[in-house]
Amino acid sequence: MGFEGIGASVRRKEDVRFLSGKGNYTDDIDRPGQLYAYIKRADRPHAKIGGIDTAAASAAPGVVRVFTGADMAAENIGGIPCGWQLHNQDGSPMAEPPHPALAVGKVRHVGDPVAVVIAATKQQAKDAAELLAIDYTDLPAVANLKDAVAAGAAEVHDGVAGNICYDWAIGDKAVVDGVFAGAKHVVKLDLVNNRLIPNAMEPRVAIGDYDTSSGDFTLYTTSQNPHVIRLLMGAFVLHIPENKLRVVAPDVGGGFGSKIYHYAEEAIVTWAAGKVRRPVKWTAERSESFMSDAHGRDHVSTAEMALDAEGHFLGLRIVTLANMGAYLSTFAPAVPTYLYATLLAGVYKTPVIYCNVKAVFTNTVPVDAYRGAGRPEATYLLERLIDVIAHDTGLDKIELRRKNFIPADAFPYQTPVALEYDSGDYQTTLKVGLKNAGWDGFEARRTEARSRGKLRGIGISTYVEACGIAPSAVVGSLGARAGLYEVAEIRVHPTGSVTVFTGTHSHGQGHETTLAQLVVSQLGVPFDQVEVVHGDTAKIPFGMGTYGSRSLAVGGSAMVKAMDKVIAKGKKIAAHLMEAAVEDIEFKDNVFTVAGTDKSKTLTDISLAAYVPHNYPIEELEPGLDETAFYDPKNFTFPGGCHIAEVEIDPETGVVEMVNFTAVDDVGRVINPMIVEGQVQGGVAQGIGQALMENCNYDQSGQLLSGSFMDYTMPRANDIPNMSVATENTMCTHNPLGSKGCGEVGAIGSPPAVINAVVDALKDYGVRHLDMPATGAKLWSIIQAATPRMAAE
Amino acid sequence: MPRVTLTVNGKQHTVEVEGRTLLVEVLREKLALTGTHVGCDTSQCGACVVHIDGISVKSCTQLALQADGANILTIEGVAAADGTLHPMQEMFREHHALQCGFCTPGMVMTAIDLVESHPAGLSEKEIREGLEGNLCRCTGYHNIVKAIAAAHPLMHATAAE
Ligand code: FES
Ligand code: FES
Repeated sequence: MGFEGIGASVRRKEDVRFLSGKGNYTDDIDRPGQLYAYIKRADRPHAKIGGIDTAAASAAPGVVRVFTGADMAAENIGGIPCGWQLHNQDGSPMAEPPHPALAVGKVRHVGDPVAVVIAATKQQAKDAAELLAIDYTDLPAVANLKDAVAAGAAEVHDGVAGNICYDWAIGDKAVVDGVFAGAKHVVKLDLVNNRLIPNAMEPRVAIGDYDTSSGDFTLYTTSQNPHVIRLLMGAFVLHIPENKLRVVAPDVGGGFGSKIYHYAEEAIVTWAAGKVRRPVKWTAERSESFMSDAHGRDHVSTAEMALDAEGHFLGLRIVTLANMGAYLSTFAPAVPTYLYATLLAGVYKTPVIYCNVKAVFTNTVPVDAYRGAGRPEATYLLERLIDVIAHDTGLDKIELRRKNFIPADAFPYQTPVALEYDSGDYQTTLKVGLKNAGWDGFEARRTEARSRGKLRGIGISTYVEACGIAPSAVVGSLGARAGLYEVAEIRVHPTGSVTVFTGTHSHGQGHETTLAQLVVSQLGVPFDQVEVVHGDTAKIPFGMGTYGSRSLAVGGSAMVKAMDKVIAKGKKIAAHLMEAAVEDIEFKDNVFTVAGTDKSKTLTDISLAAYVPHNYPIEELEPGLDETAFYDPKNFTFPGGCHIAEVEIDPETGVVEMVNFTAVDDVGRVINPMIVEGQVQGGVAQGIGQALMENCNYDQSGQLLSGSFMDYTMPRANDIPNMSVATENTMCTHNPLGSKGCGEVGAIGSPPAVINAVVDALKDYGVRHLDMPATGAKLWSIIQAATPRMAAE
Repeated sequence: MPRVTLTVNGKQHTVEVEGRTLLVEVLREKLALTGTHVGCDTSQCGACVVHIDGISVKSCTQLALQADGANILTIEGVAAADGTLHPMQEMFREHHALQCGFCTPGMVMTAIDLVESHPAGLSEKEIREGLEGNLCRCTGYHNIVKAIAAAHPLMHATAAE
């Protein structure tokens, strides 16, 4: 057995069960006496509901009950709450229209839940739902941002004028306008950040269970944060006190943000289980995932940079429209503001920045955080803008970045958009990135590709993001209705093995392994004697879950604090047992020693004494060795780095082949390099997907066109290249581990690198910019349109 | 209701099914073999891949009735009886070819068939093309491709013994 502490690529504990079919995902759970729910959803984007005739469905074979929005409203069931309140520029609060779990009066997007049929089998519930007669009167719908803000547009919610949820801004517009007025160059770019559908491979599932003897409810759900769901659903929707509600999120098959939010189906099955006094299970079909999981991105922006003659950035001015969809999902308002506009300084010294964001309701599925959340949008905008600046001014794109970088000796660095970066070294990640990607040899590769009739291009992005979410007081002042600390309990058992109870949640990240590695390093307990428990509100203390690359930086820090408490208490016990002063006790590698002597006790000796306190300082010290710590981060963490993409385009078809991808990221202290590489590779694949393939499409009327894997192009093995992934780390200065987080960097840094490469490949075709995704059809049209002109020249 | 008889992981089962019941539903719901997953409703994702008479098949694409009399291997039957992992499972673990694990059973079943049906060797491109029917949202495929390449010599060495 080799070293299994911090820094080792330990193979994962969870793999054996996943590899042998023994995972325990929510859909693998069946409760005794369980019934099945089928949710009838709106098949149209916007309509009045005149009435719902449930008689035939209720009488169908196997059906136990049918519920509609009216049934829930009659019991005063609350709407699905939003977890973040933004304010308009004038100080007034954002529009926060009601979001009933089952539609009341109107449906507002294709997929909006209208009724639920509960039956003995899944098929019976589904068959009966066909018999529901819903009297719809169609209303005009707005399916995209531009239509929604047009004069005279149909309104998604009565009383929300112009479909504007909020009109928010950061920065001093007059100052920025002044800088633009005096600038040598102004470069402007209009761009779209395409709408995505997260598509974790496990569809969402929810099982509501009601214990008729205790009156307790249990919800089994595919969630990234069971306590958040318990709080939102218990307190705001179903009015079940938290002591009567347990939420279990067992093995979860990927999340990427989409399983953070409290969804209507969770409330529906829990409430229905109480009504029918039996467990009720709902499993999403993939088609339902497409029209009910929160979508991601969907911005339309105009960006302008003011520069001096040498290419120094003087000021940045941005206007963004951000799609909220039909209702506010849990964290939606924060994504295009505090997770986006505050990142617009990027890795650059731009002294003044102004950004105005209008969040807009449309008749589409709610939009919320998807891997990176706001930060990919900021990075894409900046890194495309810089390449366009290079295009328009003739300045070198690498030099332009270099000369505007925040230097490594400038940290802590206060940006003009609220954040204070604690550490980073952008010149180094750039230098290593250029070297690993063979940037200098690229022109030879381009020439060689041309000899094969291919257009080869290279693109770069240098980025920073904010994660390790988040200092509670800061987010509270920005409108969060939650604290974002994390918690850990370290239970040292009498025989010295350890169980970690963490408030974070693993849905692919490998916490059972990495968090155990922390215990190996801090307490010297062997890896196979450490168990990590997460995902069950009946077992773990109140934690906030996993998103925003927070598990290690925040949750791991809570563990370190709790282990420090274990060590401190252990020293007192050791001092008593070895008749020494506490100050003289040292702890290292599982052993307490009296300094300067050969007297020692193992952690097991100490834990046994703590639970069998016969010879124990019982007057001063409680028995037991079980410590809990809450950790509230002092700041965000700031991973960053350099991503370089190399593509080849076939001019005959327009099809892009990703030939190389190089990532050099700064993620702070790495606990398990193998897992970090995997996280980056997965994130990059999603970024490549966004840049080249994925696009959520609604037609003008609001019908979802990309509603299955046949229409929504997911990256497959053949679409993704082998990747060169490396780290060049500087330590986070304000948490005990120095870790920054690595879950999102791949999806944040990669899309602009890919599009910059595509544009570079097409440089002879007069392309200044193109919007994602760079599909073969789109590029073929561009090439075709430019070819006659080129031939004529 | 009609009945079908299946041999699954070496054990024979006779179950009642509806005409429309899918093979994956029988495996998951009647036989409690929940290692085989359902990730879509359009036969696109491959989370449900099992072997029917030695060939990898999407079990969401077969009616249970079609599989009457078949010999089926699911992810639960891949490791040796004493729990020793199959070389493909071992290489997935060694090369970190899984994260959330949801696509993994289907990936492993597809990969085993791919390697078995290419005894002479598999190029990276052939592996990537061979995974055409399997989606993974977590890994970016890089490590899955590595794991399959690494399993190839091990599986054919074992077969040659
Ligand atoms: S479940 Fe997706 S292909 Fe079978
Ligand atoms: S490991 Fe999560 S989908 Fe493949």
